[in-house]
Amino acid sequence: MVNYIWVGMTVIGIVFALFNGTIEDVNRAVFDGAKEAVTLCIGLISVLVFWLGMMRIAEESGLLEKLAKLFRPLVKILFPEVPVQHPAMGYMLSNMISNMFGLGNAATPLGIKAMEELKKLNGGKNSASRSMVTFLAINTASITIIPTTVIAIRMTYHSTSPTEIVVPTIIATILSAIGAVLIDRYFYYRRSRKG
Amino acid sequence: MEFISLISLTFIPLLIGFILIYGTIKQVPTYESFVEGGKEGIKIAVSIIPFLVGMLVAISIFRASGALDAIMDWFRPFMKMIGVPAEIVPLLLIRPISGTAALGMTSDLIAVYGPDSFIGRLASVLQGSTDTTFYVLTVYFGAVGIKKMGDALKVGLLADVVGIIVSIIVVAFIFGTK
Repeated sequence: MVNYIWVGMTVIGIVFALFNGTIEDVNRAVFDGAKEAVTLCIGLISVLVFWLGMMRIAEESGLLEKLAKLFRPLVKILFPEVPVQHPAMGYMLSNMISNMFGLGNAATPLGIKAMEELKKLNGGKNSASRSMVTFLAINTASITIIPTTVIAIRMTYHSTSPTEIVVPTIIATILSAIGAVLIDRYFYYRRSRKG
Repeated sequence: MEFISLISLTFIPLLIGFILIYGTIKQVPTYESFVEGGKEGIKIAVSIIPFLVGMLVAISIFRASGALDAIMDWFRPFMKMIGVPAEIVPLLLIRPISGTAALGMTSDLIAVYGPDSFIGRLASVLQGSTDTTFYVLTVYFGAVGIKKMGDALKVGLLADVVGIIVSIIVVAFIFGTK
């Protein structure tokens, strides 16, 4: 999918430029685009180093674990089919907390672990269980507390207030997660009515 | 909306202070841990360079050729009806499909229209509050061999639509539409 989008944008752009007489701009765009990407990544280094450093302290001091415990009652309501002491619960909680703090790289392996456990709970079947659909819905709504990458991009382009989007992002992310859970519940009840 | 901006401003410094104090109480070697964690940040930033170079070159070509403007012109009348800038449409289309393409699109929008414009702020909030549904689905289901996804894709995409609508409303409400 990504491959088609990537080739599509480039080829359509080049063909369009040939007919539109903008081929010179396209020439410049190739090198400007590449240069901008590198500049952007260098801008990202500062924020990523600082934030991941902070998160390592939060992790080693047990702060993340404590936060996961705090969310346990809420998650229990979301996943009525998963026993509270089941390892799936722990993995799902850690995954959500990692996502919340912008630790995407840590979140993915935890999410896969959670899926494995959910599959065991579902008798090893190769179809998605109710809990799996709920877990994915919450994941794609991605609850974020600190949008580190976005802040770095805004800094690179000289925003007068790079962090002003923090609270709006938190509000939007919570509302969309609630929306995701409601949509998930709706589809679940529709399924269970059918059969 | 001064109040919300104030919380946004103080939130990160307070969180940093809290993490450091908590770490000290729990006798974590704070500085050493910070450095160890930070090393990972360099790795991540460097490893995304090729992804972003690829995507930003494609987006730059697409924009410079005039093709992007042509597409936005199609969407403009419809988007005007619902009060959303057409410039945001390409980002909306790409967000559920590819994370790096969306990141490239977001930074392109911020670069072109400015981080403190309506479009720049909207792109910022959208980037932070939605995720790559197709990627999450493929990776998580693929890794454990789930073949029948059930309602997962429908639920995920509808959740994205909710996220987009909510982001537009929140940004317009807090910052206005300028």
